[in-house]
Amino acid sequence: MSDATSDPNKIEAPTPDDPLAQAKALDNVDDRGRMLAADGTPLKRQLAKSLRIQKIRALALIAPLLLFVLLTFIAPIADMLFRSVENEIVSETLPRTVEALADWDYDSGESPGDEVYAALYDDLFLAQERKEHTRLGTRLNYELTGVSSLFRRSGRGVDDIGELYQDQFEDLNELWEEERTWAELMGSDEWLAAQEAWDEESGEPLPDFQLREGMPTLLPETSRQMLTFAEFIRTEDNESPLEEEPWTRVWAALYTDLTNKDVSGYSGPHTDLLQEASAAVGDFETTPIKQAFLDMDEDWGDPEVWGTIQAFSPDYTSGYFLNAVDMQKTPDGAAMRDEDERIYGLLFKRTMFMSLVITFSCILLGYPVAYLLATLPMRSANLLMILVLLPFWTSLLVRTSAWKVMLQSQGVINDVLVWLGLVGDANRLVMINNQFGTIVAMTHILLPFMILPMYSVMSTIPPSYVRAAKSLGATNVTAFRRVYFPQSVPGIGAGSILVFILSIGYYITPEIVGGTTGTFISNRIAYHISSSLNWGLAAALGTILLAVVLILYWAYDKIVGIDNVKLGG
Amino acid sequence: MATPNVVITETRTMPYGFTCGVVAAAGAFFGLFVGTAQGSGLVGIVLGAAICAGLAYLAMAYLGTAQERAFKWGVVALFALAGLLIGGVPGLVVGALFGWFLGWFIYWVGRCRYRMALPPYLTGGQVLWHYSFRVICGAIFVFLITPILVVMPLSFNAENFFTFTPEMLSFDPEGYSLRHYRNFFQSNEWQSALRNSLIIAPIATLLAVSFGTLAAIGLSQPHVPGRQVIMAILISPMIVPLIISAAGMYFFYSRIGLQGTYLGVILAHAALGIPFVIITVTATLVGFDRSLTRASANLGANPVTTFFKVQMPLILPGVISGGLFAFITSFDEVVIVLFVGSANQQTLPWQMFTGLREQISPTILAVATILVGISICLLTTVEILRRRSEKMRGMSPG
Repeated sequence: MSDATSDPNKIEAPTPDDPLAQAKALDNVDDRGRMLAADGTPLKRQLAKSLRIQKIRALALIAPLLLFVLLTFIAPIADMLFRSVENEIVSETLPRTVEALADWDYDSGESPGDEVYAALYDDLFLAQERKEHTRLGTRLNYELTGVSSLFRRSGRGVDDIGELYQDQFEDLNELWEEERTWAELMGSDEWLAAQEAWDEESGEPLPDFQLREGMPTLLPETSRQMLTFAEFIRTEDNESPLEEEPWTRVWAALYTDLTNKDVSGYSGPHTDLLQEASAAVGDFETTPIKQAFLDMDEDWGDPEVWGTIQAFSPDYTSGYFLNAVDMQKTPDGAAMRDEDERIYGLLFKRTMFMSLVITFSCILLGYPVAYLLATLPMRSANLLMILVLLPFWTSLLVRTSAWKVMLQSQGVINDVLVWLGLVGDANRLVMINNQFGTIVAMTHILLPFMILPMYSVMSTIPPSYVRAAKSLGATNVTAFRRVYFPQSVPGIGAGSILVFILSIGYYITPEIVGGTTGTFISNRIAYHISSSLNWGLAAALGTILLAVVLILYWAYDKIVGIDNVKLGG
Repeated sequence: MATPNVVITETRTMPYGFTCGVVAAAGAFFGLFVGTAQGSGLVGIVLGAAICAGLAYLAMAYLGTAQERAFKWGVVALFALAGLLIGGVPGLVVGALFGWFLGWFIYWVGRCRYRMALPPYLTGGQVLWHYSFRVICGAIFVFLITPILVVMPLSFNAENFFTFTPEMLSFDPEGYSLRHYRNFFQSNEWQSALRNSLIIAPIATLLAVSFGTLAAIGLSQPHVPGRQVIMAILISPMIVPLIISAAGMYFFYSRIGLQGTYLGVILAHAALGIPFVIITVTATLVGFDRSLTRASANLGANPVTTFFKVQMPLILPGVISGGLFAFITSFDEVVIVLFVGSANQQTLPWQMFTGLREQISPTILAVATILVGISICLLTTVEILRRRSEKMRGMSPG
């Protein structure tokens, strides 16, 4: 009773034997034995709910950035991947030809039949009006040299095919020379009326061209071409067929129709004119369409050209990737390029080799420094750390220009060597615009990336281990080799992968100090983007490089863990 | 390892033969350079070795430690004079430096001072290795820092050269000028480049920091579904080689009409800066005591108030250093600008890049010196912030 700690008025925590507390605890359990929260809902559900809210809140915080990165960064990368296989230009520019060419067999060794040339005439004519044929020529020229000039020449010559007929029609009757004749012959009366009433000043759009009733059956080819023509000049040039002479393609179509169709049943404007022409076409001078193309350029008879068009007609192609590994998509399938045209294999090998050399020199130079920093007392280590961090923080271009200043033939190193008399003034060392320059400059630039991870690993190695080894009788060399070095290997691994990843994608430094022999694959990518404009190939090269980097990145993540990336020591 | 201030091994006078031999070797080494510069390497080696050995013997045998100071000044004066006679003003400087080194070196070797900081049981080979290792590391540090140091004096060159002129080497005031700095501040091209850099980098940093900090806070919550994948996506701009990012952005941004606009460059740079913000801020948040936010909520603050009054001040060092990383990334970046930007968005690095590739002008070196100054300021700030945040993390409970 005299125990002061057991005051009966004080509420104490319930013990298992306390019947009152047991009854209270039972209140929090429902009839199925589930724990209940304060508001009577099962505790489990409450917990799940609060977890869900937590997750949603976390995601809501991340979402804006995730969206931002997806839009500004991941989408461009995806676009590049897409571009490396995308090849719609052939089937978009030459849709009919591609279709007609599907049945043609390259292995026959012969040029395709007339229907393919007829389709080509259609496609090429429209393409040169749209000025797209040179683009296609450039694209196919990546695969087969000479196609570019073939397309350019054909673009100029394709008008001649129809002109032959146009001249003969015009010689037959002067009425053909007037634009109105065509408009009245082919256009419907309503359209003609609307077009006559249209006023340019009003700002209203030009009326849609409509064919005269019956025309599509009477002159099917001509109608089709006339429609295309009218639509094109209306949308592209804002002109009306009333004032524009039809394309030569329309004349050629009229010739074809008149030779094939009987127009005696026609009655409408210019009936006499049409009948007269119909009677005369039999005596017209004519060239078969295939012959016309061969006259333009005999390459059109070359199965190689057709094979290339056929091979690149699908919307997606492996052609760019094959190019990127020095292969070529030929009509026969993939094949290696000629020995003297293989440059990408060489470039990839050089990029790998130089990156390895740079990584290795960084290990060689970085290891002693990291060791020194990790073993020196804190104060002096911090001072020396500034010497490592200053280059790390200095602009890349400053360091690159510094190396240009140091290495060039009138540069600081050469001047010092000449001043010391070690090198004659006449034979100054060539240290820039070659592999040596790139390796030296990039080793300097990437060295801090090697030292920092090495240092962070080495500073965690307890010095007592090496002391213990020595006290057990190991020599300095053995203690280092068997005890210290194995513990520092993770640092070397982390630094090496980091340096290697950074160096294989380097662009600026090789561009400035690399000359021609010291450039990397990235310089070639830049060249294809900005100079040769072969974007597909640039994308394919980039995709291969990206794949290599991602594999290394995965390895880095396995070894170091991406969460452990540290910045600035 | 012992600090140099503590004497572990007592000093003693080494045998004269050893001292004179080592000092003579050093003298021969330097004599070789002076000799080849003057015409005959062999004469230089012999003379250098003889003079240095003689000086060492004089110091050790007759002067001893009592007249050490007087001897050192005498050597400095002697070599400065010799340098002046041989090579003029630069010779004077080099000679004085060498004299100072020689005076120190003679006593360091002769009085066995090199063993002072080392345990007495080390063998001669180990001592030699200890100092050779220091010398190797010193050479690597020289390799690291020289290119940056060389740029600075060259930027004051009076001529349009990329190297030291004879006037500069003889410390002739005529050889130095501020004309390249003047050129930088007066040329329209450089000024518009500077302006562009100062428009693009801060906005990109602001974007990266505001989005990045929010996301880092989200990522450090205990339950985040797909944390690994999200992290990988957010870090990717740092991993993907710049040329690939540049190619992709060039293709994609020209599709959606952002190529050649300020907005395009800013968005691209913000994307590049985000990983740095994420990494530094999540690292700071690791040490953040979560009970503080609960306490704040308990005291009636809403989440926004809690964020700005409690969380933000504590993680601010991390946010600022992440921001500085993002800033320097954008401020230094050239590959992306080259492709995504057009002539209107030329930044300082772009201007330097084209300058280095086409017309070589030492104005680039003036700009480089200014940029080095900026980097030193940023480096100092980041280091101060890092130490502060480490200190705070050390104090915070848990």
